[in-house]
Amino acid sequence: MNQNEWAVETHNLTRRFGKFVAVDKISLQVAKGEIFGFLGANGAGKTTVIRMLSGILAPSSGDAQVAGLDIYSQSEKIKTRIGYMSQKFSLYEDLTIEENINFYGGIYGLPPDLLAERKTSLLERVGLAEAARRMTRDLPLGFKQRLALGCSLLHDPMIIFLDEPTSGVDPRARRNFWDLIYETCDLGKTVFVTTHFMDESEYCHRVSIMNDGRIIALDEPFKLKKKYNKTSMQDVFITIVKNEIGRKQGEQ
Amino acid sequence: MKKGNKINRLKKRWFGRILAISRKEFMHIIHDPRSLIILFVMPVLQLIMFGYALNMEIQNINLAVIDRSHSTASRDLIAAFKGSPYFSVFDYDGPLSEIEGLFLNREAHAILEINQDFQKNFQRRPQAAVQILIDAADPNAATMIRQYCSGVIALFNKTGNLDIPLRFEIKPRIWYNPDLKSDYFFIPGLVALILVMISALLTSITITREKEMGTMEQILVSPIRPVEIVLGKVLPYIVLAFFDGVLILLLGMIMFDVPFIGSYLLLLLLSIIYITTALSLGLMISTAVSTQQVAMMAAVAATLLPTIMLSGFIFPLNAMPDLLQYISYIVPAKYYLIIIRGIMLKGNTLVQLAGQTGFLLLLTLILLLNAVRKFSLNLEK
Repeated sequence: MNQNEWAVETHNLTRRFGKFVAVDKISLQVAKGEIFGFLGANGAGKTTVIRMLSGILAPSSGDAQVAGLDIYSQSEKIKTRIGYMSQKFSLYEDLTIEENINFYGGIYGLPPDLLAERKTSLLERVGLAEAARRMTRDLPLGFKQRLALGCSLLHDPMIIFLDEPTSGVDPRARRNFWDLIYETCDLGKTVFVTTHFMDESEYCHRVSIMNDGRIIALDEPFKLKKKYNKTSMQDVFITIVKNEIGRKQGEQ
Repeated sequence: MKKGNKINRLKKRWFGRILAISRKEFMHIIHDPRSLIILFVMPVLQLIMFGYALNMEIQNINLAVIDRSHSTASRDLIAAFKGSPYFSVFDYDGPLSEIEGLFLNREAHAILEINQDFQKNFQRRPQAAVQILIDAADPNAATMIRQYCSGVIALFNKTGNLDIPLRFEIKPRIWYNPDLKSDYFFIPGLVALILVMISALLTSITITREKEMGTMEQILVSPIRPVEIVLGKVLPYIVLAFFDGVLILLLGMIMFDVPFIGSYLLLLLLSIIYITTALSLGLMISTAVSTQQVAMMAAVAATLLPTIMLSGFIFPLNAMPDLLQYISYIVPAKYYLIIIRGIMLKGNTLVQLAGQTGFLLLLTLILLLNAVRKFSLNLEK
């Protein structure tokens, strides 16, 4: 495949904080239009990778391209082509729905006419066309999720990074959110999603498993299950991490 | 032509992004009436409280009189004290040995003792002595009382002793505040204090709040630049703090009868600069700390004490040790005090205040650049 066809490509990407190596030489490729699951326990280094790829944290070494652009020299341009949503949903609870949309459209520098157009279509898609003046804090969680995701897609990015979008959310809301992810994928976006729920990895096209800053497995979910002869991703994960610990002890 | 268009579009983009931040900050305040109340009620309360408490004039000084002369001259002297608005006079006829009890029991602030031969001396000699005892447990008050006493006695000498020729007389003319009213001195200072505190408090929490709520990350992944965020956050608060400033200025003038000789327009203009300095200070604090609580405490600490102690608000700067005088150069209120007192009491013009204005602008620039730099560092760490 041509290099330009990748949505995200990293090569030996590394980030150190003092002596601690948070991300250790990871190399991966994410295809355009793919739902790429980025799995790992808390503290495995997932968020650090996302922060580097979205241009808010400088890597210590290694290379990466996002949307065909170099993360060192073109990080400002990258920011216009990616969307980002964290576990906190990042909506202003004390503002109205419309004010939230205006704000996120505004900081991406959308011209007023384009913003107005996209606001209308977002409100309709989310089912809040009648409620634009309502306070965001009064919305049920499901609507908040849809709105937050919609806000991070206002500037029509190629890739959307979702950092633990389902943590702290009940199982049904999680299921609903995955419907949203599929809708986003249908719009032609690449979805890069981190999670520590192993069952969610079944919904991804491909997954990588991260442990202690390194990628220890990367493939399609059914291939991983076949390879380790397990019925669920949960079991696959446990097996892989156990192998990894055993390998490390063997080294010592 | 094409290039020009592109530059134009880019310009519009950064303008739009700054506007987006400003509009959002404005909405936060509009949607929270409590913050508006704090914004406008707190300064008024502070002005009233400080304004009435910070009064150096002493009234109703209790003066005990021991008159052993019982003469026309002594009665005239006592009448002179009774005629002064500062004294409330009462006779003391208890035993002389217990005179200290008047001070110990706080019944008198001062005691006037007139001897038996007062009338005789008064008529025959060039000088007639009386004794005045003053309670100096509070030295400042004692000094004031002494001055008031001298004033009353000087007046008494002038009216009652016309036949004594005076070789020369000093007639001081006190400019800008002929009655030496302390309100004229303190009210402009209070405006400076309240403005700097409210302004710094306003912006100190704006960035830390976003850090705490997690919305900062969402802003940082957008193409908006640190300098645009900082400017966008300062702009709406300039408007708010400006109205606050006008409010307390007007109240101060109405409630405490402070005159206004200079140009209103000039004072408003220079007040905007001062407000911007204080807002920038708050913003810099906001970029440096991570919780709202710490930010608010830092904002109060950085404004309240330095403004009271090191700006010339109460204590004259040129009486301080060199080190403190050097530190005072970074206290914004130092410059604003000269500006506001100069315009209100002396009618200073912009040319006469150019130095102070320049220093304020410089301070603002340094603070803003620091805020932007701190902000960018946070990103990369």
